[in-house]
Amino acid sequence: MKLNPLLRKIFLVDLVKGLKVTFHYQPPSEAITEQYPLERPVIFERFRGQPRLNVNPDTGESLCIVCNLCALACPEQLIVVKGERNPATKRKEVVSWTYDLSRCMFCGLCEEACSTDALELTQDYEMALYTREGMVLDQAALERGQEPEKYAK
Amino acid sequence: MTDSTRTDYLDLDTKDETFLDATELVLNMGPQHPSTHGVLRVILKLDGEKVLGTECVIGYLHRGVEKIAENRTYAMFNPYVDRMDYVAAVSNGLGYCEAVEKLLSVEAPPRAQYLRVILTELCRIASHQVWLGTHALDIGAITPLFYCFRDREEVLKIFEKYCGARLTTHAFRIGGCIYEAYEGFEQDCKKFCDAFLPKLDEYEELLTTNRIWVERTKGVGILNPEDCIALGVTGPVLRASGVKWDLRKAQPYESYKDFDFEIPTGLHGDTYDRYLVRIEEMRQAVRIIRQAVDGLPQGPIMAKVPKVIKPPVGEVYHSIEAPKGELGYFIVSDASTQPYRIRVRPPSFVNLQALDKMVRGLLVADVVAVIGTLDIVLGEVDR
Repeated sequence: MKLNPLLRKIFLVDLVKGLKVTFHYQPPSEAITEQYPLERPVIFERFRGQPRLNVNPDTGESLCIVCNLCALACPEQLIVVKGERNPATKRKEVVSWTYDLSRCMFCGLCEEACSTDALELTQDYEMALYTREGMVLDQAALERGQEPEKYAK
Repeated sequence: MTDSTRTDYLDLDTKDETFLDATELVLNMGPQHPSTHGVLRVILKLDGEKVLGTECVIGYLHRGVEKIAENRTYAMFNPYVDRMDYVAAVSNGLGYCEAVEKLLSVEAPPRAQYLRVILTELCRIASHQVWLGTHALDIGAITPLFYCFRDREEVLKIFEKYCGARLTTHAFRIGGCIYEAYEGFEQDCKKFCDAFLPKLDEYEELLTTNRIWVERTKGVGILNPEDCIALGVTGPVLRASGVKWDLRKAQPYESYKDFDFEIPTGLHGDTYDRYLVRIEEMRQAVRIIRQAVDGLPQGPIMAKVPKVIKPPVGEVYHSIEAPKGELGYFIVSDASTQPYRIRVRPPSFVNLQALDKMVRGLLVADVVAVIGTLDIVLGEVDR
């Protein structure tokens, strides 16, 4: 559209053109801001977040067989697993299990190494804490998982 | 006080040695400066507004990544490379995995190669979007930043769906990929390509003919081809000077020889040309993604790699075309599970040394434009 520059100024052509772009993004469908925490983001299945130790849902026993593969796979060496063989069942059982979340970089190598799918990085992502000590998770904390935070308006 | 005593006091003829030459000024730009794109300190020697010389002080983000590698197994070091060029983590991972594969003399299966190409090209788009947004912001245009980050979100969503992380992806493993393409991966990529091209036109509408943008970038920071080659500059900075050098064509790695794409080059080697080259590169990346998604072969995604990686004694250098230039990995193996030495040839670090050549004689405000156009990431410069 070729117009006389003076006429362009009088009819505010450039202003209208600019506002057209602005109002093009006004409908609510164009809004991309998420109103967190009231609106929760969509977390995809493969997301690597808070670690969890899975238990057998029927018996409540830990799935961990103390093979130590996750501890060996971890680049930061933040997993410490100690186990003892139970003479009655002839299976290794967990004595202590710690996961230092403060050093974790969520690479997922421990999860890949786990042979029984006991260790899993879940979709929980709210891991902020007030102390560093609280970030060293023990077996109970890892099995319990994250308690979902309730937000109210 | 008489007039004579006053002139004695202000004796302007004898030069006081304790003061600097009043016409020259040494100014520290950074390390905490928003337009140095991280913690880069540039010492500027100024004559008024004119830059007489610069010196870069780096190392504020040094984490000793290369040293860390010596104490990790080959597989363990893989997540660390994502933390060098953190806006193009996928490319870093590709370079490292390929270098180790070369050392082991294994090759990723075709499907893994195609998946790798799709993801690295998506990553190239995401990296160029961050560059465009921040570069335009430095020069004074705020809108492109919001547009770029809005559209980059779509790429990051594909990354999160594919490998579970948005930024430090850890997407590839030595020998191929560990994650199979998720349900709807092809559709997501195609949808992104279709939606992205009009948005790219939108960026161009905002900048390409924008008078302020053109005035601020045309003829600023000129690098001629000879200087580029002498300084070892690679990537879009080199191509904007008119040198047609792209490792994807020159030494095809992965499945790049299967795809039909152009290498955009510039004419003048100024900031404006570099902008045009990168915009065109994004278009070409879309072209590659479309071809790769259409031709995605079936089959395994992981080559036969031993669980404990113990490469034979030897050394290898492998480089890829990262969004910022030639990203090389030099690995020395002593047949143990840990690398004897890893040296990274980061594109940002090498490109940064062209800064002094580019800004001499320009104004202080142009230094900001030139740092932006070099597209440096300090995580990669310092490692």
